[in-house]
Amino acid sequence: MTTAAVSTRFGDTIGAANVATDPAQLVAYQIDGKTPTTAVRPGSAKEVVEIVRCAAAEKLAVVPCGARTKLSIGMPPRKYDIALDTTRLDRVIAYDPGDLTLGVEPGVALQKLSSVLAEHGQFLPLSVPFMERATMGGTTASGVDTPLRQFYGTPRDYVLGMEFVTGEGEISKSGGSVVKNVTGYDMHKLMIGALGTLGVMTRINFRTFPLPQATRTYLATFRWANAACEFRHSIARSPLRPLSIEIIAAGDTVMLRADERPSELFEKRRWSALVSIAGKEDVLARSRRELESFARTADRDSLESFSELGGGDQERLNSYIREFPALATRSSFPAAIFKISVLPKNLVGLTEGIHSVTMRHDVPWAVMMRGVGVAYLALMAPDRGAESLQRLKEACVSVFRSCAERGWGRGVLVSCPMEFKQEINVWGAVSDDFALMQGLKKVFDPHGIFAPGRFVGGI
Amino acid sequence: MDSQLLRDLKKLLGTDGVLHKPEDLLLYEYDGSVEVARPNCVVFPRTTADVVEIVRLANRHQIPLTGRGAGTGLSGGALARRGGIVTSFARMNRILEIDAENQRARVQPGLVNADLSVAVEHLGLHFVPDPSSQKACTIGGNVSENSGGPHTLAYGVTANHVLALEVVLPSGEVVHLGGAALDAPGYDLLGVFVGSEGTFGLVTEITVKLTRLPEMTKTLLAIYDSVGDATETVVEITSRGITPAACEMLDGWTIRAVEAYVHAGFPADCAAILLIDVDGLREAAESQAGEVAEVCRLHRAREVRLARDAKERDLLWKGRKNAFGAVGRLSPTYYTQDGVIPRTKLPETLRRVDEIGKKYGFEIGNIFHAGDGNLHPIILFDARQEQQFRNAVAASDEIIQFCIEVGGSITGEHGVGMEKDRLMPLLFSEGELALMQRVRDVFNPAGMLNPGKIFPTKGCGEIRVRPGAQPASA
Repeated sequence: MTTAAVSTRFGDTIGAANVATDPAQLVAYQIDGKTPTTAVRPGSAKEVVEIVRCAAAEKLAVVPCGARTKLSIGMPPRKYDIALDTTRLDRVIAYDPGDLTLGVEPGVALQKLSSVLAEHGQFLPLSVPFMERATMGGTTASGVDTPLRQFYGTPRDYVLGMEFVTGEGEISKSGGSVVKNVTGYDMHKLMIGALGTLGVMTRINFRTFPLPQATRTYLATFRWANAACEFRHSIARSPLRPLSIEIIAAGDTVMLRADERPSELFEKRRWSALVSIAGKEDVLARSRRELESFARTADRDSLESFSELGGGDQERLNSYIREFPALATRSSFPAAIFKISVLPKNLVGLTEGIHSVTMRHDVPWAVMMRGVGVAYLALMAPDRGAESLQRLKEACVSVFRSCAERGWGRGVLVSCPMEFKQEINVWGAVSDDFALMQGLKKVFDPHGIFAPGRFVGGI
Repeated sequence: MDSQLLRDLKKLLGTDGVLHKPEDLLLYEYDGSVEVARPNCVVFPRTTADVVEIVRLANRHQIPLTGRGAGTGLSGGALARRGGIVTSFARMNRILEIDAENQRARVQPGLVNADLSVAVEHLGLHFVPDPSSQKACTIGGNVSENSGGPHTLAYGVTANHVLALEVVLPSGEVVHLGGAALDAPGYDLLGVFVGSEGTFGLVTEITVKLTRLPEMTKTLLAIYDSVGDATETVVEITSRGITPAACEMLDGWTIRAVEAYVHAGFPADCAAILLIDVDGLREAAESQAGEVAEVCRLHRAREVRLARDAKERDLLWKGRKNAFGAVGRLSPTYYTQDGVIPRTKLPETLRRVDEIGKKYGFEIGNIFHAGDGNLHPIILFDARQEQQFRNAVAASDEIIQFCIEVGGSITGEHGVGMEKDRLMPLLFSEGELALMQRVRDVFNPAGMLNPGKIFPTKGCGEIRVRPGAQPASA
């Protein structure tokens, strides 16, 4: 079938208004410079099935997407024919506040959902980047994490089940909608963070959580990285149960937009630790006392300031922390952002490594480290010149090497100038379970139509 | 069984590493379920390399292989349904590393669940999943079944506490899933492996998350004259935004059985009790305990007791954790169900369970994780009478059918195994089951690892219990 014929067929299935073939409209669906020939916006799971079946029959490559805020994650697709836009699948299918369970279609906007849940004093602990636009499907499929994982974990801990369309156009489900369930294999766990390479989600079931009544954020600013890390360790050894612990610093603030850069976090190469805690007044009072004491004892001379943030500041700084992994998309210069997993006690070692890599390549940097041992490292080219870009690329290669040599854990380049992807595999090396991943890809997507090439190891 | 295979296994593991005489195998016919299946031999590896060799030998002889921890499972997961070799991890039971700073431990699969928490208690840490069988069950078994327990309400089940696995695949290949550091790139193989009921691979090493012990735990016992009042309490606690660390319910019948055995101080004349833990910072636990007590009274609890100290708390929990043992004293056999329902459907579900019991003439005790809607109705019957057994299974199926009707599931923490394989079509279509089987085939293509589990097999309806079978406790 010709492209035009396929588009006509999609139009017959889902209505011509929901099929785009105009290049001007398709630009919005570009991934690393590649443009699809068609964008479709199905309105039901059944329509997704029809689209996928047609694509499978015609061997057309399909990339599912939501609000398209994180399409730069991963490698460029080897082939990209159809953008499957899920934003019309935007219904809340089931919400039972008494059971703390929720079933949504993937195109539901996170922010819209938040207000529905808030009416019942509940929420989902998804404080993710691109909060204002992100959809539930994109949030789940991209595997982004959140500062709140310190307390609540990540979607793999609270997605209860899923319905999805496989690469053969079959609707399938996994898990259920009750909070405890071990019936059958948890195939939905495979879908989380799979970038749409295994299937198109049509329903996601979540466990919801009671919204904390009162939350406070405390800011401790240290001269040295090791003191900030020691502060984190003291909290981990204590009975306090923070919602989030984030350590943030910048080697050079040139890369951070002045209009949104919170000056409290980035003054004079300091290491700032932001800790949020929920509870009643007595819990908050005690938490403040203990945190201040940990900050003072972390390193005798290192603490510069300790403060409790007021309403507006708390909101502003936490939004910044939330959006940090999206920094590269907003900076005016080419930037690269790594997500690096480390054991918490290696956080200090990570900061030393960052120093040595960024000094060697002379690139500005900023880092945000979650207390659980996940760091977002932003590197930047100070200008658009070819030499700067080359330096940035070399710095990226050095970071990958350091991940392996320094035993930091795994590093993934979550965002970078697209030309880097011709030389660098953003996922890093594969591990000994890769053959199993390839096997699973074949099971869910036997014709290889879903986002080919975007995922780990060229999957 | 092939004598060459037996010789090879003995050469590999020593004569004391292989059991094959009928009298020795008797013990391995059972687990905690009502199922029975006899293996051809039982082997006891000490290392990952031993396990690799066992797998290779089994492959060479094309004989099925099934892993086994302590055999406390309630769905027949560790039974050799098609015969063959049972690999017991009893000798791979060491703690390999405790990393207090990073709150991780690396353990062998045969380690008893409670032993890990005991070993790290002095560091102020524990391993959260606490199945009622935690003094016997192994962490390898917990991984296979994705085990729960009373305290998983607030803290999550096994899958939420496992970070990495070393696994021997049925091909003999050793792979590593997940990682001690979080978020390994790629598909979440760890996530799909935990709870795969021993059908994907044999786990030889487990890295788990250790959790800080709460500064304070408050245990409340609320006593009710009506089951409905107790269930309404549970719903209101949740809707007030309180997530107790545990919220367990026992009905009057079960309470009397427990009290006669454990003497936990449960009043014999009540209709239901709730056993609730709240924990956290001292300030938080105290105020939550107050609020929970208030909700209990609001819903007509006739008495709310707050355990004064650790000793009282332990006694109350002993009553709960030994409930199944207590029931075992009353009847030659009992059948414990494991349905899940949305917790708001508790009152109507309990009414239905009662009706089903009356219909078949059984006494059905109810004990359950009320906070997460996980029911364990206990049907007492005499397995020596074939009709009773058939009726027990029929009653149990009706309960499960009801759980599904109200939007629940057929198993919350015990697994499907060989107990509920025939019920899977009630929840999953043929296509969905086929997809799951293809997922299994990626790990276990020949289907020789733990065959006959999870998926419906032909010729169901056979009598699956031998007269006189005496299942163990939950």
